[in-house]
Amino acid sequence: MQGLIDSLKLMSFGEGGWGYQFLLAAGMTILLSTASYIFGLVVGLIAACLKVWGGFVLRGLMEIYTTIIRGVPELLIIYLLFFGNEAAINAILGMMGIVEPFRLNEFVIGVFAVGLISGGYATEVFRGAIQTVPHGQIEAGKAFGMHGFLTFRRIILPQTIRLALPGLGNIWQLILKDTALVSVVGVTELMRISQVAARSTREPFPFYITAAILFLVITTFSTKLFRKAEAHYDRSVRRAS
Amino acid sequence: MDLDLILQTFGKLIGGAGTTIALIVPALMLGIVLATVLAVMRMSGNGLLSRLARGYVFVFRGTPLLVQIFLIYFGLGQFSALWKSLGVWDWPMREAFPCAVIAFALNTAAYTSEIIRGGLLAVPFGQIEAARACGMSRLTVFRRITVPIAIRQALPAYGNEVILMVKASSLASIITIMEITGIAKQINSQTFAPFEVFTAAGILYLAMNFVVAMGIRGVEWKLTPHMRRRA
Repeated sequence: MQGLIDSLKLMSFGEGGWGYQFLLAAGMTILLSTASYIFGLVVGLIAACLKVWGGFVLRGLMEIYTTIIRGVPELLIIYLLFFGNEAAINAILGMMGIVEPFRLNEFVIGVFAVGLISGGYATEVFRGAIQTVPHGQIEAGKAFGMHGFLTFRRIILPQTIRLALPGLGNIWQLILKDTALVSVVGVTELMRISQVAARSTREPFPFYITAAILFLVITTFSTKLFRKAEAHYDRSVRRAS
Repeated sequence: MDLDLILQTFGKLIGGAGTTIALIVPALMLGIVLATVLAVMRMSGNGLLSRLARGYVFVFRGTPLLVQIFLIYFGLGQFSALWKSLGVWDWPMREAFPCAVIAFALNTAAYTSEIIRGGLLAVPFGQIEAARACGMSRLTVFRRITVPIAIRQALPAYGNEVILMVKASSLASIITIMEITGIAKQINSQTFAPFEVFTAAGILYLAMNFVVAMGIRGVEWKLTPHMRRRA
């Protein structure tokens, strides 16, 4: 019993408690996930359009992109971007005659890496949704005199969002969990703060449990939000039951 | 890009591939056993068992695998006195490798149990009815009708799960296991050639996943003789 009380004290907001740091870290996890998710959605939508309407070369490039993202471990992609970006940026700066070393902020790399990962998955979700829109509707749009982009904006996109939402919800869960990997490059999110706290107090168990619980709270809450969004976009569809 | 370095790294990483496979295979086997138990619990109709299985799936799918690995390896390590008294401290609780396998197995079991459940639920009732009408006992129906159909249904999803497992095994490098990613990171810190090193590792993972996908497709082909076009 005493052990449990001591553990709870570790998570308090007072002196010797890590509660405040954990709340901040949870905020960082949400911020990191949201930023990467939005970046991933933009990348995914563009890549999906290129995959559906792009030429031979563009389609091939997008195919390579999604194959790599789906076949290579997330951790490896994060390492590549984390260790590789410095080398790349400094090489470019070196070519321009600037020798001063430049470092990208860890948060930016994290968002870029996780965003590219979510973008790869989002591409497939968007592509599936775009291709589900019946061809007759696109023809009808054309018959009304809409040009290509207008058909896309008025006919395809609104239906794509509804069809893609369940898949996009899954990607959000994936991304939320992938942000834990960004801890390896030093962004102070939930996983990182747990490691720091575990090391300094030598009591890893309560902190990792807390991190797990906070992740569960975030996933549960966001699942509810996605359900609401799905219901909202489904309101125009008549259901059989 | 230094092609020589990529090839050189590749040779070193192949050794790590053995460790990666040694992590994945026992994890998948343990995972499938546990997943079957979970799926049976979930479909048992017993309120308590079903709720337990649901809770398990919820927790393991809702938290990052990295948190699960750390919780098992570092978190449970905190209670060393207890493990010593039970005689499980020296193996497996203190060692990184078995801890990683346990974490992977527990994690994949949650996903796999849902795949198994989906497969079992997808068996058309008419098939079972027909088998019953032929006079098969419940066990015979399960063995001859339900299981083969369920396996066919679940196989593509399970193939994806195996690929996810191959990818997830890279996390073992964070708790000091020298599998592909671990070795790649070590080589990177010696050579400072992140592009070459991580590209080589990426190609190796892609190749492994390609083999897995082909293998699953082969099994699928084998299991669906009635779907093949007759020559």
